[in-house]
Amino acid sequence: MALLNIQNLSVDFKTAGGLFRAVDSVDIACERGEILSIVGESGSGKSVSMLALMGLLPWTAQITADKMEFDGKDLGRMSRRERRKIIGKDISMIFQEPISSLNPCFTVGFQIGEVLKLHLGMDRATRRKRSIELLDLVGIPAPETRLSAFPHQLSGGMNQRVMIAMALAGDPKLLIADEPTTALDVTIQAQILELLVSLQREKQMALILITHDMGVVAETAERVQVQYAGQRVEEQPVLDLFEAPHHPYTSALLAALPERAVGRKLPSIPGVVPGQFDRPTGCLFAPRCSFVKPDCHKGVKRQPAELGHALCNHPIASSGSKTSAAGGAA
Amino acid sequence: MTDMTTKPAPSARQVKRQTRNRMLAEFWFYFSENRGAVIGLFVILALVVVAIFAPFFAPHEPTQQYRDALLFPPAWQDGGSWEFILGTDAVGRDILSRLIFGARFSLFIGVVVVGLALLGGVSIGLIAGYFRGPVDTVIMRLMDVILAFPSLLLALVMVAVLGPGLLNAMIAIAIVLQPHFVRLTRASVLNELNREYVISARVAGASPFYLMTRTILPNCLGPVIVQATLSFSNAILDAAALGFLGMGAQPPTPEWGTMLAEAREFILRAWWVVTFPGLAILITVLAINLMGDGLRDALDPKLKRT
Amino acid sequence: MSKPVVFGQNLSRYYEVSGGVFKKPGLVKALDGASFTLEPGKTLAVVGESGCGKSTLARLVSMIEPPSGGTLEIDGKPAVVGSVEHRKTVQIVFQNPFGSLNPRHKVGTILEEPLRLNTDMDAQARRKRAEETMERVGLRLEHYERYPHMFSGGQRQRIAIARALMLNPRVLVLDEPVSALDLSIQAQVLNLLADLQDELGLAYMFISHDLSVVKHIANEVMVMYLGKVVEAGKTTDLFEKPRHPYTAALLSATPKADPAKKSHRIMLTGELPSPLNPPKGCAFNPRCAYATEECRRSAPKLEAVGVTQVACFHPLG
Repeated sequence: MALLNIQNLSVDFKTAGGLFRAVDSVDIACERGEILSIVGESGSGKSVSMLALMGLLPWTAQITADKMEFDGKDLGRMSRRERRKIIGKDISMIFQEPISSLNPCFTVGFQIGEVLKLHLGMDRATRRKRSIELLDLVGIPAPETRLSAFPHQLSGGMNQRVMIAMALAGDPKLLIADEPTTALDVTIQAQILELLVSLQREKQMALILITHDMGVVAETAERVQVQYAGQRVEEQPVLDLFEAPHHPYTSALLAALPERAVGRKLPSIPGVVPGQFDRPTGCLFAPRCSFVKPDCHKGVKRQPAELGHALCNHPIASSGSKTSAAGGAA
Repeated sequence: MTDMTTKPAPSARQVKRQTRNRMLAEFWFYFSENRGAVIGLFVILALVVVAIFAPFFAPHEPTQQYRDALLFPPAWQDGGSWEFILGTDAVGRDILSRLIFGARFSLFIGVVVVGLALLGGVSIGLIAGYFRGPVDTVIMRLMDVILAFPSLLLALVMVAVLGPGLLNAMIAIAIVLQPHFVRLTRASVLNELNREYVISARVAGASPFYLMTRTILPNCLGPVIVQATLSFSNAILDAAALGFLGMGAQPPTPEWGTMLAEAREFILRAWWVVTFPGLAILITVLAINLMGDGLRDALDPKLKRT
Repeated sequence: MSKPVVFGQNLSRYYEVSGGVFKKPGLVKALDGASFTLEPGKTLAVVGESGCGKSTLARLVSMIEPPSGGTLEIDGKPAVVGSVEHRKTVQIVFQNPFGSLNPRHKVGTILEEPLRLNTDMDAQARRKRAEETMERVGLRLEHYERYPHMFSGGQRQRIAIARALMLNPRVLVLDEPVSALDLSIQAQVLNLLADLQDELGLAYMFISHDLSVVKHIANEVMVMYLGKVVEAGKTTDLFEKPRHPYTAALLSATPKADPAKKSHRIMLTGELPSPLNPPKGCAFNPRCAYATEECRRSAPKLEAVGVTQVACFHPLG
């Protein structure tokens, strides 16, 4: 049984112009000890779906789901109190901006200790011991002295390590990392990714990595879920996805990578992601798709697993024939 | 490569109208979230209408003295008359009519005082924030000195120097309120100064005056507008206080504060002569403050997003 | 080889930092002796991590601030800070398209601003020029009347590029122009930049931290670390065979979008040192696997090693 099983999750935001659908009937499943990557551009709803799971969305959000199961327990039907016991302990999350995720008024030691006190009820001495262990685990040199440091005294990379230490405090079964390295420099990004993967292996926890960076996905993920405009458009193991993308969007996105370019011109995807007021009927990618057919504007169907669960009426069957043309019509 | 949509291109004017409509709709959405603000807005609108058409609404002349109707109580009390709905004062003037004409003075005071304070405060704040260094230090210390005095006391001293009267009172209040605008403007200027669009304008060769007035100023106005509405009520309150102390509008002007001052000796005998002007001030100030809160809610998050 | 438009030699920029009441004021060498040439139709990429001085270099070349030392020449003549001549030659595009456009001005006003300030064109001529430029960067004419917040990031970056082009410059300084954009939009903007370069023969100084973009767009690359140039050369040479250990580490740390080829990464230990307190000798020595006593003592100079220029005592094979 999957550790996390979300079915048909939708999130709507109340805005001045009416309801805005940020997440549109998304299924997310994650096994124990697996690295799942959710990849998508801005506005693809990749963060919102995870924030909905954590209960971190503002009051303007309306969340509906058929199922929101974690470890056999239904989070959707739980009381807020019961839910709080799981969130932050069994499921924890780290964010993009490590500096703003930490409270600048308190020391690193205090903030880690707070998590330990809240979720594990440890006393002062054990908290200190465990905090040092955690900082050591995430590769912070001289952890005893760093306990009394304030976040602004540490670099971005160090702060992200502290965030990871806090997230690991309750020995989570699932760690959600929302763009954990986007704000960091390349060499520091490599360190943090390495750390996340090695911790994931060591602790056998599941890791959901939300990112927009195809390079990060390729190097860390095992399974990839591609989102576009709030919908899950494709899902495949990482090797297959990069080898043979089935959805035209995935294919075009991969072709737009500068490192895959052959000539001076990149094959780009025309247009922009649909917003609140120009949401097309039928397939949401249809206005930008180079394989669009008349029936795409009417409706769209989900393909079987062999075709990467692609949400597309005319998926790309094999990699050789169509990918080169994907998105090429610039 | 270009961003193409299938919709026919709307004309420039249409786009303009749509833009304005959508911005207004968005503004109204956030403003109307705050119920108090909407109530405040309607009260103020009603006040403005009453002030403009005062001669139509007022049953009597505000300075007309009815010698046979001294200190009449409100109509619903024993001895009251429906001719003078809210009663009359010690010299037989109709209180309702005086209140209605008084609304003109209060709104006028608010507009002039806030106008003066806004103009002076924003320009000084802009200069202080843009030039920094010694200019900034001198200006800000001067403002600190003004802020260090209790505001009413300072206004009182200034009126004492300039001589009592409504105009001098307004100037004094404007000077007292000005430092708030200076500080607020300076803070937003400092905030905007290092934004990339300002650097872009500098790279394009904009002069300091151009940068201050065309590039930075429009982006600093949001919080200043909010402060202006809140100062509006302060101005009315301070003018009323000065009037009460005999330093503001002089009798027989039907200004609310002055009315209170004149009624002081009748507080125990005739409650209505003090209660109604007091209530008028209370309701106006409350309405403006409520609306100011709503404005802040509607304007501030918007500024954060841009 | 065509004549360079901009030539910079030994450019540096120091900032004085007050260290509090009891500390001596410190000197931050944000940029310490960078030399380069920009040629028409060519792209020079400047890469490095935060604090390496690449943005400072961009600000010096576009004359947002004057250099503390070194010379900057335009067409062989020394550049004058704030001169109209300089503005008409070099323009800059910033990273964040959400911050670089005045939110209270219409697109038309934003585009015409450089013309209004620097030329004596009348309103009609300005509008015509603005419309031409909008067309060139792929904006529609009715966008003229709109405000920046009505556009997506990619379109805003087009507006910013159009504004930079209004004075017909020959050099564009591009400070991380695609870093804030989504992948599919990034490709659109990179293509636009390539088109503009082909049509107008522009020289680009392309500041970036993303090596895959740099590899795609640049002719020459300059790698910087803590205010100093550590390696410079032709893009192909440098990516093929990095000589400086830092370049090599940077290249291997950049994630490749190819899961089949999981390369072995060179892991750099430690953090970027603070520019306020740089290490003695070679700035890279505390994180370098090849550092020797010599590296800790003195700083290496940029010298030709093979086909690239490297500042290292022990350049890689």
